[in-house]
Amino acid sequence: MTKIKLADKAVELIKGICAQFNNQESELINVLHQVQHKLGYLPAEVQEVIAKELNMSVAKVYGVVTFYSFFTMLPQGQHPISICMGTACYVRGAEKVLHEFKRQLGIEVGQTSVDGRFSLSCLRCVGACGLAPVVLVGEKVYGRVSPQQVAKIIAEYQEACVNPQTA
Amino acid sequence: MAEFNTHILVCGGTGCKASQADLLKTNLTKRIIDHGLHEQVQVLQTGCFGFCEKGPIVKIQPDNTFYVSVEPEDANEIVDEHILKGRKVERLLYKDPKTEEKVGDSKHMDFYKKQVRIALRNCGFINPENIEEYIGNDGYAALGKCLESYSPKEVIDLIKKSGLRGRGGGGFPTGLKWEITHNVAGDEKFVVCNADEGDPGAFMDRSILEGDPHSVIEAMAICGYCIGASKGLVYIRAEYPLAIQRLKIALEQAKEYGLLGPEILGSAFNFEIEIRYGAGAFVCGEETALIHSMEGKRGEPTFKPPFPSESGYMGKPTNVNNVETFANIPPIINKGADWFASIGTEKSKGTKVFALAGKINNVGLIEVPMGITLREVIYDIGGGIKDGKEFKAVQTGGPSGGCLTIDFLDTPIDYDNLIAAGSMMGSGGMIVMDEDDCMVSIAKFYLEFTLDESCGKCTPCRIGNKRLHEILVKITEGKGTSEDIDKLRMLSHVIKDTSLCGLGQTSPNPILSTLDNFLHEYEAHVEHQSCPAGQCKALMQYVIEDEKCTGCTLCFRNCPVGAISGEKRSPHYIDQKLCIKCGVCFEKCKFDAIKIA
Repeated sequence: MTKIKLADKAVELIKGICAQFNNQESELINVLHQVQHKLGYLPAEVQEVIAKELNMSVAKVYGVVTFYSFFTMLPQGQHPISICMGTACYVRGAEKVLHEFKRQLGIEVGQTSVDGRFSLSCLRCVGACGLAPVVLVGEKVYGRVSPQQVAKIIAEYQEACVNPQTA
Repeated sequence: MAEFNTHILVCGGTGCKASQADLLKTNLTKRIIDHGLHEQVQVLQTGCFGFCEKGPIVKIQPDNTFYVSVEPEDANEIVDEHILKGRKVERLLYKDPKTEEKVGDSKHMDFYKKQVRIALRNCGFINPENIEEYIGNDGYAALGKCLESYSPKEVIDLIKKSGLRGRGGGGFPTGLKWEITHNVAGDEKFVVCNADEGDPGAFMDRSILEGDPHSVIEAMAICGYCIGASKGLVYIRAEYPLAIQRLKIALEQAKEYGLLGPEILGSAFNFEIEIRYGAGAFVCGEETALIHSMEGKRGEPTFKPPFPSESGYMGKPTNVNNVETFANIPPIINKGADWFASIGTEKSKGTKVFALAGKINNVGLIEVPMGITLREVIYDIGGGIKDGKEFKAVQTGGPSGGCLTIDFLDTPIDYDNLIAAGSMMGSGGMIVMDEDDCMVSIAKFYLEFTLDESCGKCTPCRIGNKRLHEILVKITEGKGTSEDIDKLRMLSHVIKDTSLCGLGQTSPNPILSTLDNFLHEYEAHVEHQSCPAGQCKALMQYVIEDEKCTGCTLCFRNCPVGAISGEKRSPHYIDQKLCIKCGVCFEKCKFDAIKIA
């Protein structure tokens, strides 16, 4: 993976978050949550700063980041698309919907489209099983999605990208 | 509250919020203000009503009118007709599918008739963001009673007598757990609430936290009093933003009212609660893994003993209970152990909340007394199978559970009966499957989940499940042999016997249960390379029947890969090499001309 150079501002931000939690090793997960919330993802360089601040090994930080599905080391798309793969959605055809998203975006789960607009992920139960199958784009929930609706959903956001004033 | 004579309750559960319940509430409020009625009519957002199938739900008190599938545009009509003129909006009432008649209030709906609400008692009735409404419904009375008149030992005896068992899945007696932690000596102890609901297709705990967060806070404080802890921690999934927000509000309010903090209600008891965020790991439902995660580490389980009651969070005695278990505590103290023990079966007391989902007419959140039969749940409360299809199985216990077939429809549901039937209670996911579901694929689906979620610490789970999954893939692709079926069974038993924690020990259950109940489906895949349910893509083909095809070109126009060809008004043809088996043509065809072969 290519090395990225963190902006001084980002480093300051990370240090600030660590300090908020008294630079305690036991607060690692809370720190990671906050940092990912601010920066969007947790690349190796970010983990190095956190490890130094919390006085622990980078390996341990990496171990935690990769253990939990909520943390990501790759930047997300402008519009992250998540398909619910809970059992209720699965039996109502979520797999077909996922397949259609993969086909139309030309990316696999965990990847981001080349133009940076969309990333694709699966999640386990949003808790809206009455609307199964469910798809999330950002915070917006789409219910009872059929494979035929996929193109329409994607188009909604492609326009939004072209014309940010209407968003 | 007293000055309002009417309350409009809008469901604020995740499902309804996804269907624009927020905008609906805004519109209702606006219309009420427009009419100058805001002194008499209150518009509230409550927790989940449970009837998610027909969301968003609006309920009007005091006459209990229950409106379903309400759109934001319906707000004006509800206010103008119902509130101003006192006439019910007929078209928004629930229509009983059996009698075709409109039902005016929730008490007369089949969905609610057989339910008994203890843990969900306040969900859909009170505003979860207002502590006074909780207090107005006996809230914090149980805590007051405990601090004032009972010793910790007396409370523990009461919980033991009630027969309450852990609702997270294991079913360990709650009173006994409290007693053990009470008896361990320690200068510092912890109460932990497990709100890391990871079971796919289950949303009970989140609904309780969204609809009635104070009941959990109150119960945690009671637990703290009993075991001698002054600190509580709620371990909650970061993916539950609404539940987190409401819990935070509730914690602030409880502190403000002196129900958390030092010297609660004038007693010598101090208690405070902190929130810890989970980050998406199913294994963290296991107590020891959860505790490691709270300490900021990888959520890997460790060997028990020592149990958390002896050495848990930061090495201190810790009592871990799940959300639903806690929500049962205040009513038990208020109404007595005998009342609680009078509900349910001999060994499973009280009620259980289930997230009823899948191929069923009434998807939703239900709370039923232990001992109810599956038939009552599926056909009376659930309203039967969707689209009039044939019932095949119901899956309980999530990735650790199993499938119950038609033979078990009349078995009373309780912890022990479900285990005897080859499944388990689990945390409360209940997924209904119909004739179109392939049971081999279902087993594969759960295995994929386990594979994803295995923490990798112990070999049987990490590698064994991978091998199981490979065999299942082989079978669903029509490349399996009958030896593979034997291998599945043998390897499953090895994994069960040799894994370290509950996740590994139960991971092969979906396979064993489907092998026991649906062996013929496995055999069809292996011996005849066919999938009886028509789900396994590699084993199916879409074909057009010449006699039925009218050449309308609808399939041709909708096929995303151009695999369909043919002249107008003459039979079309699907090129199997190009077909991606997406099923669009099958769904679009109006003449029933496309068949799965």
